Amino acid sequence: MDPLGWGEIITRILTQFTPVWIALVVTFALSLTYKRRLGLYGKLFDSVIGMTGFALVMFWVYTGIFGGAFGWIVTHDTLSQISGLKNKVPGTPVPDAAAQGLYPYYLMGGDNLARDVFSRMVVGAWEVMKIAPFATLFAFMVGITLGLPAGYYGGKLDTFLSFLANLILAFPVILLFYLLVTPEIVLTGIPVYMAGVLFLFPIIFLTILFNSRFFTQPSKRNLYVALTLVIGVWVYLGIAWDADPLGLISFPPNLLVVFVAVVFVNSPTVFRIVRGLAMDIKTRDYVAAAQTRGEGPWYIMLWEILPNARGPLIVDFCLRIGYTTILLGTLGFFGLGLSPESPDWGSTINEGRKLLSIYLHPALPPAMALLSLVLGLNLLADGLREESLRD
Amino acid sequence: MGLFILRRLGIMILTALCLTFIVFFMTNLYPNLEKLAKTQGNFRMSDAEVASYLGRNGYLDPLPVKYGQWLGVLPGWTVKVDDGMRGRCVEGTVAPEALAAAPRFCGILQGDWGFSTVFKDEVSGIIATRLGLTGKLMFWVMVLMVPSALLVGVLAGMREGSRTDRALSTFAITTTATPEYVSGVILIAVFASSAVGLKWFNGTATSAMEDATFNNFFLPVLTIALYGMGYIARMTRASMAEVMTAQYIRTARLKGVKFSDIVMKHALRNALIAPFTVIMLQFPWLLNGVVIVETLFNYKGFGWVLVQAAGNNDIELLLGVSVVSVIVVLVTQLISDVGYVYLNPRISVT
Repeated sequence: MDPLGWGEIITRILTQFTPVWIALVVTFALSLTYKRRLGLYGKLFDSVIGMTGFALVMFWVYTGIFGGAFGWIVTHDTLSQISGLKNKVPGTPVPDAAAQGLYPYYLMGGDNLARDVFSRMVVGAWEVMKIAPFATLFAFMVGITLGLPAGYYGGKLDTFLSFLANLILAFPVILLFYLLVTPEIVLTGIPVYMAGVLFLFPIIFLTILFNSRFFTQPSKRNLYVALTLVIGVWVYLGIAWDADPLGLISFPPNLLVVFVAVVFVNSPTVFRIVRGLAMDIKTRDYVAAAQTRGEGPWYIMLWEILPNARGPLIVDFCLRIGYTTILLGTLGFFGLGLSPESPDWGSTINEGRKLLSIYLHPALPPAMALLSLVLGLNLLADGLREESLRD
Repeated sequence: MGLFILRRLGIMILTALCLTFIVFFMTNLYPNLEKLAKTQGNFRMSDAEVASYLGRNGYLDPLPVKYGQWLGVLPGWTVKVDDGMRGRCVEGTVAPEALAAAPRFCGILQGDWGFSTVFKDEVSGIIATRLGLTGKLMFWVMVLMVPSALLVGVLAGMREGSRTDRALSTFAITTTATPEYVSGVILIAVFASSAVGLKWFNGTATSAMEDATFNNFFLPVLTIALYGMGYIARMTRASMAEVMTAQYIRTARLKGVKFSDIVMKHALRNALIAPFTVIMLQFPWLLNGVVIVETLFNYKGFGWVLVQAAGNNDIELLLGVSVVSVIVVLVTQLISDVGYVYLNPRISVT
């Protein structure tokens, strides 16, 4: 068979993404139809920048889910090597494809281990989707749980927590990664202990959240707090200590280290933002009104201050997922934490760069993918900021 | 003002002590020491041999004591072995008289930074040369990044919402969304690879260590500058846009002052206060960029040394590197704080 021309390669790639296109069209059609009823999310569809960003982000989200979780978009296995396709250019036909039931072409060529670049790029999106949003969410829980009291109470607590946050912020990120993610440190169990501390925060956060809201309705409160504690502790034991009593939940140890490192690096910045917002909002009249009503401090922090700080926090959440994606890429680029065969974008870029002066195709697709995802998140954040400032 | 700087300095020193202690703790964990013993001795050492090696080299003291010795506030360790004395402040095994003649304190404060096991050289010497090379890189990054970022930001913020603003803002967002390892790869692919065939620049900067030319140095400088530039430009734009809506600018416009004069003489000074602090706070990020770019372009500067030291478990070199980088970060934070107060009379420090 002859290698494909560029036109045909592009057509075939676009066809391969069919499920993503359908999902995108459905999402946009639904959102545009009901945009007046969807609050801030609906307003996003009033700005071109916001829509562009949202489209880019959702493209990769759907690619990650369909390609990585369902295995629809990928054309080849991400680890299987096909001899004779080492560093071959995009569109090279796979020998004996029909006989072995394989996809007949390497759409974006082969890398230096003769694996399919296209499939690895698609699955790389799933690697990001698995870690980045959750790591960011955890960082936010840690930052909010510590930042609200620091800003609300001020004083010694604030001084102490701010000092800790500045301490972590003054650490060069790469040095921190090298110190945390090397095998020797993992051997001592320090990352697991850090996970043990950091993963407690979501449970604390949710418990306080429900407790303060339903304090006057004990039956409801007991139900919610008990549910949070049972599910939370169960997941916590499984994820952080790999000690799930039912043996259902476990977390690959190397992924845990990466997760902890990323949460640890992100939470001080979130802390500083939340602290600043809390300090600003606690002087408002509605906080004074709540204090006069005799509401407890945690109710005021979580149900008066936090909802009113949501605008900047949502914007920062989008930006921070992008930053987390960049950090994950950095970890992969230095070969830290993730296994060398892992198809994540950072590792793939790192492998591709070694032969960059001769073969472009292994390194460029993951680089462009990472660029477009982070760009999408930045545009989305910009659109959200503009729309939330409008009213 | 004096008191403010003094207090900031105090906090800074406390932070530096905490951070170096953390690095010291992490690098001196037993698995790291065991690996060190095995790479220095041989890989088939038994546990007892490892312990005896570590004992002979003073690694088995309690951690706070070791930290004090390394810092130079506690007297260095001495051990008696079969054929003489060993100590922190002497090299190898010596006679007791030689040990007595050697200084008692030898740590960072005395200028004794230790010995690198990877480069087989004094840590202070390695750091000095590598820092010089990175300094050269950073100088050109600053020369390229700061003026272009300010220009982009001012041009975009001068007429908010205009077409220039949209175009420049999109450019700025794109550069902040492009980490160094992505932009570096793309730049090398386009400008340096034989596949595209432009070959305007060199894909490696190894030769730039000796003799930097436009050809071999432009790509690494551009790669670092691009990532930092977008952020500074966006800050400048926001600050410029805010200033342009101020009352005194409107007054100037109503008086009929030329638009270029308003921007240059009235707006710019006030608009540049915020970007100044941002530029200073960019240093820690740039340090990140330096590590990535030096690895990518094989430029053997400070960032490259960091990777080598961390990757090869070179404890003393890694400690030295982290001391320097922590100090760089903290000093720039201090300058940024003090500078902000100095430039902006509305902020009071008391």
